Amino acid sequence: MNVISRIALPLEHSELSVPGIRCASCIARIERELAPLPGIHAARVNFTSKRVLVDHESSVTPEALRSALARIGFDAEAIAAHAPTEARRETQRLLRAVAVAGFAAMNIMLLSVSIWSGATGATRAMFHWLSALIAMPTVVYAGQTFFLSAWRAMRHGRTNMDVPISIGVTLATALSLFETITNGPHAYFDGAVMLLFFLLIGRFLDSAMRDRARSGVEALLRQTAPGGTILLPGGGTAWRKAGEIEPGTRLIVAAGERLAADGLVEDGTSSLDLSLITGESRPEPVSVGSRAVAGTLNLDAPLTLCVTAAGENTTIAEIARMMEAAGQSRSRYVRIADRAARFYAPAVHTLAALSFAGWMIAGAGWHQSLLIAVAVLIITCPCALGLAVPAAQVVAAGSLMRRGILVKDGSALERLAEVDCMRFDKTGTLTLGRPQPIDALLLDPNEAPAALALARASKHPIARALAQALETAGVRAAPTQDLREIPGMGVCGTIGGVPARLGRPSWLDNPATPDPAMVTGFRLGDAPMRLLRFDDPLRPDAACAIGQLRQISSDLAILSGDRDEAVAPVACRLALPAAAALTPGEKLTEIEALRAAGRHVLMVGDGLNDGPALAAGHVSIAPASASDVGQTAADLVFVGDSLMPVPIAIRAARRTLAIVRQNFALAIGYNLLAVPLAMFGLVTPLLAAVAMSTSSLLVVGNALRLRNCAR
Amino acid sequence: MSGLTILIPIALLLGLAGLVAFLWSLSTGQYDDLDGAAVRILIDEPAPEEPADAR
Repeated sequence: MNVISRIALPLEHSELSVPGIRCASCIARIERELAPLPGIHAARVNFTSKRVLVDHESSVTPEALRSALARIGFDAEAIAAHAPTEARRETQRLLRAVAVAGFAAMNIMLLSVSIWSGATGATRAMFHWLSALIAMPTVVYAGQTFFLSAWRAMRHGRTNMDVPISIGVTLATALSLFETITNGPHAYFDGAVMLLFFLLIGRFLDSAMRDRARSGVEALLRQTAPGGTILLPGGGTAWRKAGEIEPGTRLIVAAGERLAADGLVEDGTSSLDLSLITGESRPEPVSVGSRAVAGTLNLDAPLTLCVTAAGENTTIAEIARMMEAAGQSRSRYVRIADRAARFYAPAVHTLAALSFAGWMIAGAGWHQSLLIAVAVLIITCPCALGLAVPAAQVVAAGSLMRRGILVKDGSALERLAEVDCMRFDKTGTLTLGRPQPIDALLLDPNEAPAALALARASKHPIARALAQALETAGVRAAPTQDLREIPGMGVCGTIGGVPARLGRPSWLDNPATPDPAMVTGFRLGDAPMRLLRFDDPLRPDAACAIGQLRQISSDLAILSGDRDEAVAPVACRLALPAAAALTPGEKLTEIEALRAAGRHVLMVGDGLNDGPALAAGHVSIAPASASDVGQTAADLVFVGDSLMPVPIAIRAARRTLAIVRQNFALAIGYNLLAVPLAMFGLVTPLLAAVAMSTSSLLVVGNALRLRNCAR
Repeated sequence: MSGLTILIPIALLLGLAGLVAFLWSLSTGQYDDLDGAAVRILIDEPAPEEPADAR
């Protein structure tokens, strides 16, 4: 936000999502075309997130930016500008801490090696002092994460992984400082800082994975339009932000625009793409008096709405609140490492206290006894534990990623391994979620190029599906003149001097015929009308994937928001019990009832209507074709048309859990060996450093066995 | 020993310079768009006005 503070004019910051950015020339084109426009100060493309960030004066509306991008051929959608999220800042802070700890660990190790190789007297004292100067600020800065988390846990009377870490690091640093001041031979600065370094790497890997998961609700609000054009009482129009639109005002929605508020249609006939809300791929026709909700996309013709609810009161904001509430139950999940720490921490502290007491009784003096107690703490510090879990999860996530399955959260793998029942959404999850021609398209060779040319001109889902099917078949579009889209009806144009029309069968042929769903007609000149039928087919290997899932759990069912008639055939073909016509709230209730019964539910879904259910499930999976909300609410996202990633991910999660358990066993075995040595006072700083590195290498090495776990 | 008094500060300073450079690049958002950085190198300079007219 430096830019804003430097310039006196109040600048606004807008973000537009532009999925069409594909190459360097797109970047150059957008930045070059936007920058000289009046009122725009800077435009910058973020290629990774496919977004354009614009700094502009408040006179420029997001709508104007959208049309400016449309003029140079890019479909853009304005999204509410947002500050970098808390989670992202946390990851950046951890990365900085890793960098600092890494720098310190390397330099201190350099000094320590010369001490171990025999530096004595003044040289050793100087090296100890240098190490102290590097280590003290590092421990204070890089150790914050652990100290804060340990303090929070202690205050609530709990204990977690960070408690033994904090105590170990603090005691080791304090004692080493004492040794340095008194010119003693043993300083553990290298051990303490190296421990922080290793643990921070684990923490960073974990946080980087979790980053994307936390912003579920935020993405939901980005789906609503940031604002809309309202009719002023005087007759003019003005652009208002979504939050500033009052109930009772009139909202004008152009074709291709998202609704900024809930309302009743006052004027116009069109169809709305409700897929964001209900998950249904079929566009819903609306006319005067119909209800329309914020976040849906107006497909055909301009509409005038009388606003009934806006901002925080819209249906979409309601779903956001439901998701937030549902997600809280999941945040109570205790990570496996913390569960282990509940037993580990008290054991370690008892051992350290026992060795201190033992040596005091044996008459070793408090300095010697304390040194040994600290050695016990350092050697048992759960370095292997802290690294074992994230390392295994990151390797497994990497393997899954190569199979097109993105894991957003380390704990998701832990939770996925515990799954004992599954619930599926229908549209877009078990089915592909996009219309596909039912049979081979019945078009003559001279008709197909004309149909493609017309289909390309429309944004209607069926027209797009038709265009895609024809393109895949290798059809080339015919040159057309007078291309026109008639709102609510279809597209017409002239091809080779002959008029051609693509659209509603009733528009093409006989106004009396009813328009069945997912059917479109095509007519070239006076030739008879061709009826093109579309369907939302099952994912190609859905049956096979469901079969494999049955071996994992016997409790599988469909929860769909779609009509009964649409759900029944799918349920029948997959032999799954199904509940149809559920609202997002009812889906959530179903999941919560299962949760209350102590089941671990896997929710697989894609739409905004699945958002609350995805957030409430013990763990959730969404396809990459899902809405932003579905993707952010889910713990895992898979790419592609196949449903096989679901069983693959569950098997990989179970193997990961097995490896994590092995790593715990390794860490305990290593402690059984090292702790007696430490308790008998045989551990020097050199031995501690070697032991720490080898145990870490061992668990990381074991975790690497997971790199082919997703097969 | 006298060599160390020069070499150790140099070593530490070099390491510190690397650390500072990393922290600076992190805070100025240079890792925000890694894929974009890779393709931006392919962007040509805008063509001068006259040849553009001649074409």
